[in-house]
Amino acid sequence: MTDLEAFRNETRTWLEENCPASMRTPARSDNDMCWGGRNFKFISEDQKIWMERMAARGWTVPAWPKEYGGGGLNKEEVKILASEMRRIKARSPLTSFGIWMLGPALLKFGTHEQKLEHLPKIARGEIRWCQGYSEPNAGSDLASLATKAEDRGDHWIVNGQKVWTSYADQADWIFCLVRTDNTGTKHHGISFVLFDMASEGVSTKPIMLISGSSPFCETFFDDVKVLKSNLVGEENKGWTIAKYLLTHERTGISDMGMPTPLNMLAKDKLGEDADGKLPEAMLRHQVAEHEIDAASFVFTLERAKDEAKAGGDMGAFSSMLKYYGTELNKQRHELIVKVNGSDGLEWEGQYSNNGDIARSWLRTKANSIEGGTSEVQLNIISKRILDLPA
Amino acid sequence: MALILNEEQQLLKESADGFFAEKAPVSQLRELRDNRSEDGFSTELWAEMAEMGFAGLLVDEDNGGTDFGVMGAGIVAEAMGRTLSASPYLASAVVSASVIKAAASDAQKTALLPAIAAGEKIVTLAIDESAHHRPENTGLKATADGDGYVLSGLKTFVCDGHVADSYLVLARTSGAVGDTDGLSVFLVDKGASGLIVDRTIMTDSRNWAKLTFEGVKVGADALVGPLNGAFEAVEPALDRARIIVAAELLGVAQECLDRTVEYLRERKQFGVVIGSFQGLQHRASHLFSEIEVTRSAVLKAMQMADAGGDVRWFASLAKAKACKTAELATNEAIQMHGGIGMTDEFEIGFFIKRARILQSLFGDFNFHADRFAACSSY
Ligand SMILES: Cc1cc2nc3c(=O)[nH]c(=O)nc-3n(C[C@H](O)[C@H](O)[C@H](O)COP(=O)(O)OP(=O)(O)OC[C@H]3O[C@@H](n4cnc5c(N)ncnc54)[C@H](O)[C@@H]3O)c2cc1C
Ligand SMILES: Cc1cc2nc3c(=O)[nH]c(=O)nc-3n(C[C@H](O)[C@H](O)[C@H](O)COP(=O)(O)OP(=O)(O)OC[C@H]3O[C@@H](n4cnc5c(N)ncnc54)[C@H](O)[C@@H]3O)c2cc1C
Repeated sequence: MTDLEAFRNETRTWLEENCPASMRTPARSDNDMCWGGRNFKFISEDQKIWMERMAARGWTVPAWPKEYGGGGLNKEEVKILASEMRRIKARSPLTSFGIWMLGPALLKFGTHEQKLEHLPKIARGEIRWCQGYSEPNAGSDLASLATKAEDRGDHWIVNGQKVWTSYADQADWIFCLVRTDNTGTKHHGISFVLFDMASEGVSTKPIMLISGSSPFCETFFDDVKVLKSNLVGEENKGWTIAKYLLTHERTGISDMGMPTPLNMLAKDKLGEDADGKLPEAMLRHQVAEHEIDAASFVFTLERAKDEAKAGGDMGAFSSMLKYYGTELNKQRHELIVKVNGSDGLEWEGQYSNNGDIARSWLRTKANSIEGGTSEVQLNIISKRILDLPA
Repeated sequence: MALILNEEQQLLKESADGFFAEKAPVSQLRELRDNRSEDGFSTELWAEMAEMGFAGLLVDEDNGGTDFGVMGAGIVAEAMGRTLSASPYLASAVVSASVIKAAASDAQKTALLPAIAAGEKIVTLAIDESAHHRPENTGLKATADGDGYVLSGLKTFVCDGHVADSYLVLARTSGAVGDTDGLSVFLVDKGASGLIVDRTIMTDSRNWAKLTFEGVKVGADALVGPLNGAFEAVEPALDRARIIVAAELLGVAQECLDRTVEYLRERKQFGVVIGSFQGLQHRASHLFSEIEVTRSAVLKAMQMADAGGDVRWFASLAKAKACKTAELATNEAIQMHGGIGMTDEFEIGFFIKRARILQSLFGDFNFHADRFAACSSY
């Protein structure tokens, strides 16, 4: 038996023994996911146990080095762990901006002290992070951001406003873009800093989404003190880090995991005809067309990972993944609503688990906005890949 | 297995790209068309392709091939899609070699495969009988006669039909039109008495033919594969061919994008290059995305075909996706070229004509989307 086969066997056994039964059903919505953090309320004891057991092995972040709370697994082992988790339909033990956005950026740009300070807390689900990028006048044109950081020797005093800050009211810390210099071009003078959301002068105000939930906020900074030891990378050169983090955010958004195939949802709802086909011919056609794109896209994610592993530079390719993946997910949810007909539009009540289908559908509309809009991704592709003039 | 080309495949790609760009660019197809070439392809090119090993990519080494598998054959097909190089590659080296490998007896293999791999013999599959690819609707009859058979009926859309030395003919030996059971394959040589071959000039200026079988007699040894059980034997071979056709479509689409982007960088209107207009940038970027996604589906299907096992789902996925993307690419290419894209003098129009033929070959988008759904049990 090879090492990898042995690893698969051990992993399978361990998962069988340690993943609670209730954590082997798909998460129905964001509310079912484990985000961690000081304020997090676990939906069940099982959820807590599952996170803690996985964290103890470093398997909430299997690829990170062990010294920073990770599992220290190589890429093949990471793949095996993921496939074994899929096999028993295990939920992700912990999902967070710390894991898929800040972590990779800190691993690349952070000092050893910063990594030691922040990464293990992310891995253990102790600290939950939010992302302070967008401002009222800096959306797609992110580099025009104006939140100001004034130099006071060993610290800065930060003043300004962020907006659309997802989960700012529940997060413990923020990774934030601030302007430390406004004398050069707009890309110069941005710094990437970290601070505690409990700091004096930080306040948040939730914004209600069309889906009826309030996952994001306006975030205000009023004379907030930020220590210089919490600067990541160089002062005024935060744009590079900001962009690096965005490529991770985009790849993450585009990867919708392995959701239940649309055709199965459709069959559950509509049954089948004598030949085993979906009874609605037009709908069957639409589902097939979508699933052809979706399957091709899954293989594209696989190819992108393999190319990255072989040393290829993902760069602007992540914009393509972000664009295609989010547009696909929006289309998927349009079809889920169609499959469910009027039932899919229920907003409250027991039949629909309080409007899960409709609310999830509306939430997907943000997929092609958050993390950089579809139009912005197309601009990036045309400039960076097709080399067309600005 | 990683979903990327390995070193050997990368080398094959580079050599194929270079070979076709140099030896058989689009101008060669134009010449063949304008001269109303009898053969419809350059026999010198075909001989050189055979020398390069391209005619034997799917043939095992014992039979004189290079055994590069579907992956290798797809890489070469993609290169041909970029230059629209005309040759009996698809008919003989891809489809027929696959059918023979899947169904023929050892004696038949030894008789046919080395000759195919050497480019000495052109063999083609005669399968369609109507304007839409539906193998189970085969009605051409083969009736037992002494210890042989007599074939009567029509075949259409036969690739390289008028230059082929032999035909693999899908015929009905029992059951009714619409049954997958009751089909058999027969090997018929050109010049057989009662066989009428009509070359049909199609939009792509390549070789196609209609065949009429008026009581064509063949011996018992002409049967290729199991009597009445050809569907199961031919389908996997057909799927390999479909994947390779998808690769050629991918090449067509990629070439259309590359040529268009180059044009966008050059052509000036309103005092600037038109590539600076966002309306066009977004269309080109969308097309780029579709092509990349298609590439993954085709690559995956090629790998799965070489890994063995049932590839119906993968083949239909690849062919369906490639059909859709090539349609988009060829339409967008003409549109973004403006008036010049409509001229015969400009080459971009050759691509749309080839694409539509390849799209309908061995099942169009609708055929494969339906089959994809059926393979996924819905
Ligand atoms: C659910 C959700 C969660 C979010 N979470 C966070 C978060 O946690 N942290 C954070 O910092 N931000 C977050 N965002 C903000 C998000 O990053 C911005 O909304 C996004 O960057 C777009 O900016 P904007 O909303 O100002 O739109 P605008 O930039 O004003 O865009 C409006 C429209 O114009 C188009 N447009 C703009 N510029 C161009 C151009 N150059 N070419 C073509 N079209 C253009 C856009 O594509 C869009 O269609 C979130 C957004 C949403 C919806
Ligand atoms: C069959 C045919 C018959 C014709 N008959 C006549 C005739 O009888 N008399 C006559 O005078 N002309 C005729 N024309 C010419 C026709 O009007 C032009 O082809 C047309 O105006 C486009 O110009 P163009 O070909 O130079 O393309 P271009 O202007 O070079 O356009 C190339 C591409 O760039 C796009 N583009 C250009 N500018 C912009 C922009 N600002 N923003 C976004 N996209 C842009 C175009 O939409 C197109 O996709 C004919 C053309 C054809 C094909």
